[in-house]
Amino acid sequence: MEATNPSAVRFEKDADGIVTLTLDMPGRSMNVLNEALSAPLGDAIARIEQDATIKGVIVSSGKKEFLAGADIDKVYAMTQAEEAYALAETFKALLRRLETCGRPVVAALNGTALGGGLELALGCHWRIAIDDPKAKFGLPEVKLGLLPGGGGTQRLPRLIGIQAALPLMLEGKELKAAQARQQGIVNELASDRDDMMAKARAWIAANPKPVQPWDDKKFKWPGGDSKSPANGQMWAIAPSLANAKSWGNYPAVANILSCVFEGGIVDFDTGCRIESRYFANCVVSPVSKNMIGTLWFQLGSINKGRSRPDGIERGKVQKLGVLGAGMMGAGIAHVSAQAGIEVVLLDTSLDNAERGKAYSAGLLDQAIKKGRLTAQGKDERLARIKPTAAYEDLQGCDLVIEAVFEDRAIKAEVTRQAEAQLTKKAIFASNTSTLPITGLAQASARPQHFIGLHFFSPVDKMPLVEIIKGKKTSPETLARAFDYVQQIGKTPIVVNDARGFYTSRVFATYVMEGLALLQEGAHPRSIEVAGLQAGMPVGPLALQDEVSLSLSLHILEQTRKDFEADGKTYAGHPADAVIEKMVRTLDRPGKKAGRGFYDYPAAAGGQKQLWPGLAAQFPLAAAQPAQAELIDRLMFAQANEAAKCYEEGVVESVADANIGSIFGWGFAPQQGGALQFINAYGVARFVKRSRELEKRYGARFKPARLLVKMAKDGSRFDA
Amino acid sequence: MTEAFIYDAVRTPRGKGKKDGSLHQVTPIELAATCLRALEARNGLDTSRVDDVVLGCVTPVGEQGADIARVAALYAGWAETVAGVTQSRFCASGLEAVNLAAMKVMSGFEDLIVGGGVESMSRWAMGSDGGAWAMDPRVNNATGFAPQGIGADLIATLEGFSREDVDRFALRSQQRATQAREAGRYAKSLVPVVDLNGMTVLDHDEFIRPETTLDGLAQLKPSFAQIGQMGFDATALRKYTTVERIDHVHHAGNSSGIVDGAAAVLVGNKKIGRQLGLKPRARIRAAAVIGSEPTIMLTGIGPAANKALAKAGMKAADIDLFEINEAFAAVVMRAMRDLDIDAERVNVNGGAIALGHPLGATGAMILGTVLDELERQDKQTGLVSLCVGAGMGIATIIERV
Repeated sequence: MEATNPSAVRFEKDADGIVTLTLDMPGRSMNVLNEALSAPLGDAIARIEQDATIKGVIVSSGKKEFLAGADIDKVYAMTQAEEAYALAETFKALLRRLETCGRPVVAALNGTALGGGLELALGCHWRIAIDDPKAKFGLPEVKLGLLPGGGGTQRLPRLIGIQAALPLMLEGKELKAAQARQQGIVNELASDRDDMMAKARAWIAANPKPVQPWDDKKFKWPGGDSKSPANGQMWAIAPSLANAKSWGNYPAVANILSCVFEGGIVDFDTGCRIESRYFANCVVSPVSKNMIGTLWFQLGSINKGRSRPDGIERGKVQKLGVLGAGMMGAGIAHVSAQAGIEVVLLDTSLDNAERGKAYSAGLLDQAIKKGRLTAQGKDERLARIKPTAAYEDLQGCDLVIEAVFEDRAIKAEVTRQAEAQLTKKAIFASNTSTLPITGLAQASARPQHFIGLHFFSPVDKMPLVEIIKGKKTSPETLARAFDYVQQIGKTPIVVNDARGFYTSRVFATYVMEGLALLQEGAHPRSIEVAGLQAGMPVGPLALQDEVSLSLSLHILEQTRKDFEADGKTYAGHPADAVIEKMVRTLDRPGKKAGRGFYDYPAAAGGQKQLWPGLAAQFPLAAAQPAQAELIDRLMFAQANEAAKCYEEGVVESVADANIGSIFGWGFAPQQGGALQFINAYGVARFVKRSRELEKRYGARFKPARLLVKMAKDGSRFDA
Repeated sequence: MTEAFIYDAVRTPRGKGKKDGSLHQVTPIELAATCLRALEARNGLDTSRVDDVVLGCVTPVGEQGADIARVAALYAGWAETVAGVTQSRFCASGLEAVNLAAMKVMSGFEDLIVGGGVESMSRWAMGSDGGAWAMDPRVNNATGFAPQGIGADLIATLEGFSREDVDRFALRSQQRATQAREAGRYAKSLVPVVDLNGMTVLDHDEFIRPETTLDGLAQLKPSFAQIGQMGFDATALRKYTTVERIDHVHHAGNSSGIVDGAAAVLVGNKKIGRQLGLKPRARIRAAAVIGSEPTIMLTGIGPAANKALAKAGMKAADIDLFEINEAFAAVVMRAMRDLDIDAERVNVNGGAIALGHPLGATGAMILGTVLDELERQDKQTGLVSLCVGAGMGIATIIERV
């Protein structure tokens, strides 16, 4: 056996003439596709090409995972299409040489192969994966606004058919080994590394002269190429299907469709050229920059604990108390039990508490139905939730979260009762979305251990938890709350205590602007469409119905009172009159009541529709504003408010502001978050446009002072 | 009668019509839209003033099927009021489109029309749209179907053009095209094809072979001898009873090349030109089409040109420059003989043997080529003509203003 060069790719040739290329980048825990990997890979391929005694090649990895994709740093830094095009072409040229080297090449997938990692595997003649439930396979580039530029859009459809390949790339689905095998992406499964290597050798011995399907003269596309009438109807509806969700906001989606469509008309090599062109277009697009900046780098920094105080040991919650078994409390209990935490779910009666636990059972049943969970798994998880009405059961909890009615007195009462059962080290958290934490902490005997944990509904689906620091909250408490949020698999952002915190405050500006537009006589459907076109998941009127108009009225009245008590005057918003009219005059309090801006038919499966009475109550203006104007108003209202939050220190990091906006209320992901929206628009341009809007629609559009200053210095929000 | 003026003419480069051709990467609609966008940009054109886009496309299937003219106008971002129609007169489709545009304007029906054409021969092979003429045995038999190459070889045989004669003609096409490209004589009409990043995909005619020699051409194998022997020769000779044997002189080097490309010509009346601030470059004097014997197929140029000349009250001698499509060397040589014209006035910047013949676009392309050359030489009149499938000919006479 000869072994050489301790580089990122180990080249080992055995007595049978089989070369094993082991990807094992020095100094990194994971292999990543960049020059440091592709250069030695190229050298290895050159050696194989020149050495006729080599009988076959096995490509594997020395890390836990095979190869998790391209080096995002490098792609993110690229601003020239030519550069991105060259990157894609260079990598593809390597793969082309590998698959046409005349010897069998087997990808031995010891772990996850995503993006460029799977593309490398597709450039091999045969793929064997260890059947490890943690290993993932897929082409998830679209999630960062990119597309598979290493031949993935050409090889995958030729391997498994256009109709099977498209969803994998358009949705960026990640498959388990068995699913990848079923889809025909992985050819064989192995039980462990030895089994995998043995199978690889056996395949090499049995297939001395393999040819990739697309290089076979008799190649026929599985399911037909793009010229095939069998795919004609699919191509006709594919853009409609894609845009129904994306509203045309994601160039990568259109570009993936084009790569596969055009690739299905031309030969493999031309298809690869076409792919590189569309890849380059994605790389330099603002959307990919926005998404990579926020959803890769900023999210990464949050996950690494950027907003967590330094020097405090990481902790885990063993036992959690949840006060209030309503929808929020039950949801918190559920996700915590899922994460292996023992949960005490407390309500005023055992019946109520049991109902909260039943909520979890319902969610677990759904998971079983979808094949994601076994009956045994359900039992294990449910057994971790103890429903109770007795505060004594809270003894031994490291953390208690209250999710009771938004009322200061009730919250104060449960705080006192719970704390009586807790050790000195335990933390008490309030899941409030509106009440200031510092005020609630006054009910606590140890306010330094008191913190806000703002969950979003439905808790099992929403990925964010907003952590609110009270005036007296200690760094240890913050660190432990942060760790808990990560323990239950959610993303924490950290904010300071101020009215509406960060997410509720900025989110409200979106909804309120929608209401203001209605008041001015914009067509209600146009308002909703403007929200969707902007990339928001739901229109503002529908959202207001979800939140409930009566709750908003309650908050409005409370806010007015609070201002009065502080000796200030509440400035008001044009939406206020709409809320008051809807609740007081028209008795349309929202979705729960079955009537708000929409009618909600009681019958199962009935679709909500805009209330026809809106036309009489909010008459259409003779001149309707352009759709672009509506979009600007809805987005500028949010972005400007986010900038004010940052300026006031409510939110302290750009990453928290951006991620909080996307994960918290679904702020248009293609914009990279509420502050990145301003970056991408251009700070100076944003200020200029804000002033136009201010002049036309009111002081709420007056640009944050910070933005005016930034526009002057030419600076931008940097994470 | 209203006069029809040519306000502008643009074309893409011609890309080799094979897998390794540069424009194989580009969709046909992108080629067509490239030309429309260029017309808009070069002329500051208010596209809402355009009535119709008439495009030739000979193989309108797949992504170049289903009225590509209308869809190209939409895709190019033109005003949605601009209509579009796609038509096929086989190899004359591009020139037919310009003639139809002129007719629409001259009739007074419409004011401003784009005539042009598109063909991605690399993506959609010639003949992939089928057709009764070749594929229905009864029709095939009744019309005496034989492929163009048989007709071209038959013309050479009848006219006594030797292999060396046709090769010399091909060599001259290559030499003239090479010189024209080097001297930048195509630059005026030529619009580079770029990808969505703005990166250049092709900015020059890539089919030209400057290295061509007579010896090299002599080495090439005749393309139609084998299918001739299989039966097509016999079909042709049943009609041409004085010919004993067809001399198969045509091959890849003296026949038109298979390429991809598109072209567009802006045609309108005087009033709209004035309103839009456009400067007329030429007037369309006359146009004609004619049917000819379908088996030899390629002899329609002379009759069509004479028909157009008669309509214009002109003689061949009145024409300064001719563009006669080089479908095959013998076709042009025969046409020059029919019209009694000198080679020095014909295809002075080369032709389809060197540059290629993107079927649906060629007629509009060479119209632009002759207009550019008339302007360069400061001459007045040009005649464009092509031989056409199923035995037809087409001709258009333009005159600078």
